[in-house]
Order: sequence, then structure tokens, then C-alpha cells
Amino acid sequence: MRKVACIGAGMTLFRRRLKETPKELCWEATRMALDSAKLEMKDVDAVVTGSAPDAFDGVHQKGEYYADGCGGFRKPITRVFTGGGTAVFSPIAAWWHVASGLADIVLVVNEEKMSSCYPHPQSVFAHIWDPILDRPLQPNLVWIFAMEMNRYMTVHKIKKEDIARVAVKNKRNAVAHPAAQLADAKITVEDVLNSEMMAWPVQRLDISPPSDGASALVLASADAVKRLHVESPVWFDGVGWCIDSTMWTDRDLYFPEYLARASQMAYKQARIDQPRKQIDFAEPYDPFDYKELHHMEGLLLCNKGEAPKLTREGVTQRDGDLPTCPSGGLLGIGNPIAATMGIKVGELYWQLSGQAGKRQIPKEIHTGVTNAWGDLMQFSSVVVMRA
Amino acid sequence: MKAKVRAKPKGVAWAGEELSQKQIDRGSALQTRYRPEAKYSWAAGQAMSRFLEELQNGKLIARKCHACQRTLFPPRMFCEQCYRPTDEWVYVKDSGTIETFSVSYLDKDAKRITEPIFVGVVSVDGASPQMGMMHYFGEVTKETIRIGMKVKAVWKPPPERTGSVLDIRYWKPIPEGRR
Amino acid sequence: MRVAIVGIGMTPFRPSTPEFSWKELMYDAATRAYADAGVDPRKDVGSFVTCAEDYWEGFGIFDEFVPDQLGAAMRPTCTVSGDGIQGLAQGAMQIQSGLFDVVAVESHSKASDLLTYPHIVQHALDPILNKPLRGHPNYLAGLEMDAYLRASGLTARDCAAVIAKNRTNALRNPFAAYPSKLTADEADRSPPQFDPLRALDQAALADAGIVLVLASERKARRFAATPVWLRGFGWGTDSPNLEARDWTTAKYAEIAAAAAYKMAKVTKPERAFQVAEVDDRFSYKELEHLEAAGLSKKGETARRLKRGDFALNGGLAVNPSGGSLGCGYILDASGLHRVAEVALQLRGEAGSRQVDRARNGVAVSWRGIPTATGGVAVLGVGK
Repeated sequence: MRKVACIGAGMTLFRRRLKETPKELCWEATRMALDSAKLEMKDVDAVVTGSAPDAFDGVHQKGEYYADGCGGFRKPITRVFTGGGTAVFSPIAAWWHVASGLADIVLVVNEEKMSSCYPHPQSVFAHIWDPILDRPLQPNLVWIFAMEMNRYMTVHKIKKEDIARVAVKNKRNAVAHPAAQLADAKITVEDVLNSEMMAWPVQRLDISPPSDGASALVLASADAVKRLHVESPVWFDGVGWCIDSTMWTDRDLYFPEYLARASQMAYKQARIDQPRKQIDFAEPYDPFDYKELHHMEGLLLCNKGEAPKLTREGVTQRDGDLPTCPSGGLLGIGNPIAATMGIKVGELYWQLSGQAGKRQIPKEIHTGVTNAWGDLMQFSSVVVMRA
Repeated sequence: MKAKVRAKPKGVAWAGEELSQKQIDRGSALQTRYRPEAKYSWAAGQAMSRFLEELQNGKLIARKCHACQRTLFPPRMFCEQCYRPTDEWVYVKDSGTIETFSVSYLDKDAKRITEPIFVGVVSVDGASPQMGMMHYFGEVTKETIRIGMKVKAVWKPPPERTGSVLDIRYWKPIPEGRR
Repeated sequence: MRVAIVGIGMTPFRPSTPEFSWKELMYDAATRAYADAGVDPRKDVGSFVTCAEDYWEGFGIFDEFVPDQLGAAMRPTCTVSGDGIQGLAQGAMQIQSGLFDVVAVESHSKASDLLTYPHIVQHALDPILNKPLRGHPNYLAGLEMDAYLRASGLTARDCAAVIAKNRTNALRNPFAAYPSKLTADEADRSPPQFDPLRALDQAALADAGIVLVLASERKARRFAATPVWLRGFGWGTDSPNLEARDWTTAKYAEIAAAAAYKMAKVTKPERAFQVAEVDDRFSYKELEHLEAAGLSKKGETARRLKRGDFALNGGLAVNPSGGSLGCGYILDASGLHRVAEVALQLRGEAGSRQVDRARNGVAVSWRGIPTATGGVAVLGVGK
């Protein structure tokens, strides 16, 4: 297994509506990533791209359509798509291009343009449900989160305030992120608890709304890192992914078992057997505030039901013992699905290479973990990085 | 751990030009509009065809796997755990337990509604534990609905059934102890 | 570290499969592959890769609907929004990276569930520059056929010979949906639809499912069947912009072939293989792909075709399966179909369509209009 490092990253702003086309968004993120790695497109051996439903951008086989924006012109380029899990999964696909020996330098570019979709990107989510079992009930996407959040809260007797704390932490953390759409230095738990009830128990400020954006990473083999004299490579030490059965109504939603499996796969490679001790910080996927807690437990960073306690005690603040979502997360920066790679794997890279600016975690850090989550409460991808 | 390279050169803005809904409505942001013609008719297949037929008969049906002994609901022709074809059809009851629920003030297009929709997952009596389906709950209020509540299906009258999960109008609470 | 194909599962190609849901079709293909390989997917398969596009299936995130029928519930599984050879490459790299020893790669077409196929193909066009032109997207194949024939010196009559060869080859293939004892004259008289593209130049859609089981070198020999070595693979994309593209050469096939041949150490592709399965979604594409993949030198293709070089036992059997023209076009799964057929040939399991002494073969795929993406896989048996 060849060693693989991240040597550059880039992303665009995340906003509800951006003027740039999907190709232009890709180009901007790619250009920034290549610049940061001091490389040109001719140095890139292969490209991987990740993007979630084609229906957002409004183009079938959209990976083909925006391939040129990613530098996929006359190169091998492949798109992978695991729903929301794509943000951390496409870097894994890029990882195996290098780890297998096929390529020395691989670009991974993730893009999402949700604003193209009318009347609202939400409508696309009507089509993620089973046509016979679920769709006739005319479900709204928020129902998924509401049902999972309710089950999680009820099984562990969690108070809504403890969940709201996550939204507050992340939206405040996001003030330090240049790309943030939803940063709010002054938001409080009361603000979250008083926000509009969407589908109980989910309220407006529990959710990260749709966004446009793109992000890119440059991955390199150990040989390339040496050859290029890369100063601060950040190594992929463990990768894992797992999907649960399609039959989501058959599972107990209080705990993401598939995430635990994916984590175990990644931790085994990274030689981590005590995650809470051996991991310095985490970027769990946080499209909703309760998801950060759900995923902390799925990442085996604490016992089931314990994540709210860690949050309440300040352990997950940027200056805490286990900084969690120091980027500001999806809640603070925005949620252009696959493009959130920039605030998950991208954040791990920027933190571990000391480039996180005002977001830089004050304590010494060497090991970080991130996950993304997708499909019908079903899939997770996990990456452990070290520097 | 301080690196000499910045994420982005100082003073250079991060890329992306924000647009507002107003700019789009006023036409100051140029757009191209297109509506895809995307129509599908999915073959229901063996398992779902029988499931839908039975719904029209006012019944819920499951499949049994003799290897793991699970009674699988919704029914499927292969057991995903044992990876083998399932063995027999088995009726299950139209009563169950609320595993989780939500009280929704949004419709399918994210528009606000005043009368909430009660929806969730009901695990069905007779199937293996926690095997169930998503459906509406009725004759409940925000205060009365809870996880663990025992419920029973309220069916549409036979002439109104079409072979759909909507042949059940909703699931309503039943007093504890009755099935 | 080498990777081998140790299991092949293919369902019969049919114009429609109303009795099966897409899940049941996938289950059928997977069951056959696992039985062929002698594996229990719950124990012996490490990872699962599916090649699919949302809009072919009619779902917002098709990835959700794949695991159970492949034996992949609670296992590493992913979707490649690409064609079969791109998926195959991901599976091979997963093995070569050391993560797994056995990976299953799946792709299928349930085109019969899709009521508005031409509209979906149109939906892949550039929204600003091309979509407004409307029209059935196969006009793009008509344009390309015209450009290619002018540049290559090949003729519509040559394309008709391809149609006849493939439809007739399909008579020997029990899996094929559209076998027909067609002559080149009959095919030539087919009415033009997107002139010069005629009705019969276009492969008809079919439903089918294909699963391949891949294994690492160290595990490959434990399986029952002769391992078919994946000696090389490659894929590539030319410009997605119709206006900026080379219309006379399948550039993606050149790029993919160069990468695959380099890996496989093939220096003279026109002599290296006994069998080639080459995308023929449109008849002219077979000829274009033969040239782009270096299997036939430009300027020689017409002569070789007429001489019968590409017939079943003409020296380089091209599409002995019948190709997409004879079997049916199964969308992005057609790339995996090409590979599966080569693998069956190399194992000596191709029945009455068997090519004598087939030891080395090549598969060339294309993702169809309006893409400029395809893959190449080089397969061989023996050492």
C-alpha cells in the first residue's frame, strides 16, 4: 500500500446562489488547489470528481459536462457518487488511484450547484425515496432528519438545548472561515430554540441550507512529495466506507452502525484502537446539529449517548480537548453537498499543515478524523489524516 | 506547525460571485431555463407486486427467510443478510408500534402548512423486531404521539383502494393491551 | 500486483423485463457471478462497485438502492457515475491498493423502465449552448458519422457490413436480444433517420445485468475458473464541449488504449489480440474505435473488413458476441458487457461463438452521446 498525502487544497465561497456555472466553480477551486501545491494541470496524472444528484445542476451525466472545469480534458477522469457521503468518499477514490500505483499526482474536485434547481433544490429530494414504499406519502427531506433526530433524542433522553449548542458552536466557529455563508458570531441557544419549527423536532436553525460551491484537493504519492519538496504534506493514514441496507425502515436510527464499521476500517489501517485518546480533532459531517453528535458516537469518539455531554462541557470547542468542526462545519459555512469536501478533508489538511489561519486549533495536533454521510441514512465514508 | 504557505495569498478574495433571488427575479442575472422530460415506469417486480395486491385486499404481507428465521417486512425475494432467496409468504398484522415520528409543518416542496402532518415509522406486529414502514399517523396530537405508542392501520374502504401504501389512510393509536 | 476476473454473471438481454424490478435483475446477475466464482458475497467479497447514473434509473441518489441485491448490505459499497470499464478500473485499484482481495463490479440497464430515453440523453447536453436546439439527440451521431466517414474514407456501406456482421454473430449468442440473419445489402437499405445515420445503424435498447468478480493475484488461483488477467486498463475523456471536440477521431479511446497498452506492455495492438469487443452503439463507432485503439491502421480498415479479418475466425474477431447492435445496448453497462464477453472467450466458454485459440483480448467502451469518454481493458489468460 503506497503512502498518499494531501499537498494542496482550494475552494470557492459557499453561497445560496453563485453566478458561476458548474464548470467555472470547478475551475476556481481547482486553480486555487493547484496554486497552493505549486503545480500545473500537466503535472496531474488523473482526476477524480464527486458531485451529488445530477438533478441539482440540471444535467444528466453531469460529471461529463463539467469535466473540463476540473482539468479532465484528455486525462483519465472518473466521477463517484455516494450521496452526501461523496464529500469524503471522492478523496478516498483519489487515494486509491495513488495507493494502487496507477498515478503519482491526482486531483479531486467536488462541485455542487443547487441553485439551478427550481422551485427549490428540495424538490430533488422527492426522488431519493423508494417509489412504492415511500414516495406516495409525498415525503419532505426534513422528515428523514426529524425521524432520526427524534429516535436519537428519545433513546438517550437528550434535551434539545444540548443539540442546539452544536449549531451555536459551529456557526460561531465559522466566523473565522473566509468562505462561510452562515457564520454568526452572536447566535445563542435561545435563537435556535426559538427558530421556526419545520418538522418537529427539527427547527430552522438546526439545518444547513442548500448552497453552491466547489472544492479541490491535490493528492500525491510519497515519491512525488519528495520530488516536489513539499513542506507540509498531510498523510492519509486510514480510509473506510460502508453502506447499510436500503430498507431504512428496518433499522434503529439512534446509532449509525454503518459509520462505526467504516470507522473501524479506517482506524485499523491507521493503527488507532483508542480513538478518543489517539485522535486530536474531528470534522464529523454536520448537515444538522444533531448529526455532529450522532457522528461523534458513530466515529467511536465517545460512548453512545455521550456526545451531548462532551458538547455541554466545552470539550468540542476549538480550544477544547477534542475540537470538533473547528471549520464551522456545514452549519456555519454552507452545504453544497459534495463540495463540503473542502470543509471536511480540506479542513483536516489546512489544520494539520498549519494553514487554518484564524481557525487554527491552538493545541498541538497530529491526527484528525472526518466523515461524510449520505444516501438514505445509510452510507458513511471516513478518512484519518496525520502530519 | 506554522507553514510558510498560506491557504490563499493575503488580500486575494475567495472565488465566487453571489447572486440574490431579487437579481434573478428582476432578470439582471441571465438565465437559461429547461425542463427535463424524465418519465419512468418502474416494474414493481415479484415482491412489490404481491405487496401491493395484498394492500388492495386490506392485508400486509411479508417474506420469511428460513436460514436466519427473520420475517422480512417490507417483503423481498432475497434475504440481504443471508444472500439467498426468501422462502415463503407470511401475513403480518396491521397493528404495530411507533419507532419514531415527526410532526411536519412542511409539505413536499418545503412550503409551510398550518395543519401538521404526523409521519413516522411503524414496526409491524408479526414481522421481525423493528421491521416496518413509513406512514402517516392520525387521531393524534403533538402532545399524545410518542415513540412506543401502539397503533393500528385505518384502511380506506375496498372500492377506494388501488394497490398502494395509501390504501391505508393512517395509523391510529389503540388502547394498550388490545391488538 | 495483478488482478484477475474470477467470476462472470450476465442475465439474458431482453427488450423489456416487466416481471423483475431493477433490484431483482441485479440480484439475478450477481447470483450468477457469485456462483461462477464460488463465493459467498457475505463472507468472501470485500467491496462492491456499481456503475450507474441517476437519470437512467429515475432516482435522486441511485446508490441507496444497490446494496441488498448484491450482498453488500453493511459492506463497503460505492457508485461510479461512469461506465463499466471505469468501474472495473476502480475495483482493480481498490485491490491493488491493498485494501481488499476480492471486489464485485456491477452494472445493468433497466432501460424498459425509462419512458423518455431520448429526452434523458438530451438532458446531458450543455444547458446554454446545446439544449435549446432541442431535437432527438441522435442527430449528434449523424453528424459524427458524417465527419468520420469523410475523414476516414470508409463508407456507409462499410457500416452496413458491420451491422450485418454483428446482428448475424448474435444468432450464436444465447444472451442476445436482437439476433438477425441480416445482409449488408439489407442493412444498407435501412431508411435514414439522422442522415447518414440510418435506423439500423443505431443499436436498440435492452435490459440486462452484469456482474464481474475481481480477485488479487494471490487469491485468484483459488477460484474454480481459469483466472482472466486484467493485464491493463485505461480510460479517458476528450472535451465535453461539442464545439471544441475532434469529430473525426475517438480521442478518448486513443488515450484509454495508450494507458492500457502501456500497463499491459502491448506494443503492437493490431497483432496482439485474437478477440476484440468494441463499442458499436452506432455502427460507425465500431470502425472508429478499432482505429482509435490501434487495432486497425487508418486507411486499412475498409479492406480488412471486406476481407473478413474481423469475422469470427478471420484473425481478429470483432464483436463475436454481436456487440450492442446484436445483443442490445445496455447504456453504461455496455462497457462491462464488452469485458465480460472477452473474458468468456478467453476462458473458452463462449459456446458456438467461440473464437479459436483466444488467449488475449481487448475491450473498448464508450459512454454514448454526448460524452467523449470511454475505456479500454486488456485481458489475457496464461502466465
